[in-house]
Amino acid sequence: MCSEKGKGEAMFTIDVSAFDDLLSAIKAKGYALLGPTIRDRVVVYDQISGSKDLPIGWSDRQEGGTYRLNKRKDQAFFGYSVGPQTWKKFLYPDHLKLWEAHSDGSRIEIEPATPESRRYALIGIRPCELAALAIHDRIFLEGPYLDPHYQALRADTFLLAVNCTEPGGTCFCHSMGSGPAVKQGFDLALTEIVENDDHYFLVNPGSDRGAEILQEVVYHEATAEETARAEKALSDAEYRMGRYMDIDNIRELLYRNLEHPYWEEIAKRCLNCANCTLVCPTCFCSTVEDSTDLSGASASRTRMWDSCFTSQFSYIHGGSVRQSAMARYRQWITHKLASWQDQFGTSGCVGCGRCITWCPVGIDITEAVWALRESEGETRREKTQLTGV
Amino acid sequence: MKTSTQPKPKIAVWKFASCDGCQLSLLDCEDEILALAGSVEIAYFPEASRAFVKGPYDLSLVEGSITTPHDAERIHKVRRSSRVLITIGACATAGGIQALRNFSDVNDYIPMVYASPEYITTLKKSTPINEHVYVDYELRGCPISKHQLLEVLNAYLNGRKPNIVPRSVCMECKAGGNPCLMVAEGIPCLGPVTQAGCGAICPSYHRGCFGCFGPKETPNTASLSDWFSRLGLSKPAILQQFRGYNGYAEPFRKESEILEYESE
Repeated sequence: MCSEKGKGEAMFTIDVSAFDDLLSAIKAKGYALLGPTIRDRVVVYDQISGSKDLPIGWSDRQEGGTYRLNKRKDQAFFGYSVGPQTWKKFLYPDHLKLWEAHSDGSRIEIEPATPESRRYALIGIRPCELAALAIHDRIFLEGPYLDPHYQALRADTFLLAVNCTEPGGTCFCHSMGSGPAVKQGFDLALTEIVENDDHYFLVNPGSDRGAEILQEVVYHEATAEETARAEKALSDAEYRMGRYMDIDNIRELLYRNLEHPYWEEIAKRCLNCANCTLVCPTCFCSTVEDSTDLSGASASRTRMWDSCFTSQFSYIHGGSVRQSAMARYRQWITHKLASWQDQFGTSGCVGCGRCITWCPVGIDITEAVWALRESEGETRREKTQLTGV
Repeated sequence: MKTSTQPKPKIAVWKFASCDGCQLSLLDCEDEILALAGSVEIAYFPEASRAFVKGPYDLSLVEGSITTPHDAERIHKVRRSSRVLITIGACATAGGIQALRNFSDVNDYIPMVYASPEYITTLKKSTPINEHVYVDYELRGCPISKHQLLEVLNAYLNGRKPNIVPRSVCMECKAGGNPCLMVAEGIPCLGPVTQAGCGAICPSYHRGCFGCFGPKETPNTASLSDWFSRLGLSKPAILQQFRGYNGYAEPFRKESEILEYESE
């Protein structure tokens, strides 16, 4: 089952009317509030000033290559699943100047860019996204190669997590062991309950500063009934996800199928447009671009998001190593699900489903795994037969 | 870094069959044009000045496609007088919108357009410059992006590679925070098969990509066509998508010809 730890610990309850007090208390500590809001018919992450900016009363329908917002019958604050953007847009920005160099004709001086500190509060970060954040933390903060820019942006982040009681059509976090309830690495975790005339949040403090913030608002100790409702909502969510993936020995599954004909089948559909990697909360590959002014007296280096789906990504002396869409898709999924484990000790996939929804032609990572398994004679198991991690 | 004693490179701008929009991008570089004029000698640019300096030229920017027997000869003269030749825009790199004639018989159109067709001497096809002479670098777009034009001139002046990559328009949409129009609204968009460079301008204004910058590297046009039909587009409608400003660029041309064959 999904972590009992995450589910059992929600000990306090706040009324929906106290939610803005919670945000004000966080803001008063000097954090910039970032959270979900609706723009261009999708849920994006941006600066918010309060609950009025949240997609209240909205839900979404997600399928391979399709995303539509729709109205809910209730006024839930968090009744939708993740949209196309990820928090990496704030903590690992797309365009980042690394250094500038100036020449006076005889000497060259290099000025590294000073890492900019930010105090972000990520409002409504989901369990799968917390798992992705933990992956980036391990890579950028725990070495062997520290990223001073990530370090500065991430140094003081307040994490107001929201458990998922309304999973989406392409979600499969339960299979990946990253949701629908948060386990760790948050300051406060909320579970929203909207039933009949009741609308409240169960609050689980995950850190001292989270507990301090909670002291600033009106709360009470959760009743047994409130806790039971939250637990039921979360255990129901486990089996309401639109996708599931069997990750049993998945590393070996992929390694022994590197020459599988399925990759050519996928390549017929894959546009190698890079959308999957750019919407992925864990993909962090980047490239650097060097530019000059017209005179050549100044130069600068900028870090930009890159993708293993471009030919330049694997360009070395003599040409691109991965010329075909087949090679690029195989590389991506094998890294995500198998070699990531060798490299960083975890799966590179957290089951958020973005790559499925935002693939313009609906290519599905969970289907790829099932296709490999079925070709080896396994029968596809039902959702309820998968126990999760 | 160059010193002031080095002579400034001589630049020429040539026009073939085109609308002039791409060479106007050079004049559009309002903030940067003075710095540029300080770094190069604009030796031949009829759109900007009647003062012509004789060739040979260090760098020629060539706009437009080849549509007449006269131009088919003239481009060789331009090549001979140019050390480096860069083609600019969809006409020069792919034949342009006028290459739509390549899909039918141009003689059928001439009497419809001209009162005295006997005066018209034209080629059956509108072809890109690289079908006639060796081209050192191609700058895509209808029109080209002035940022890319400055970048290619900057790179030339500094002896480095231009930062222009043949990746998809999708990557510019994602960098700019645009949600995908095709996924979120079912609007057909050529972005996944089109080269970046425009800054994803159409999707930023809620329009699907028209493919102005031509095919990206390894474009999968067949898969996109297939998805367009799932979005409800008919084969002739999908054909129209590919047959635009870059309709004669090979991946787009092949896709539209397959669709034409399948529609018959």
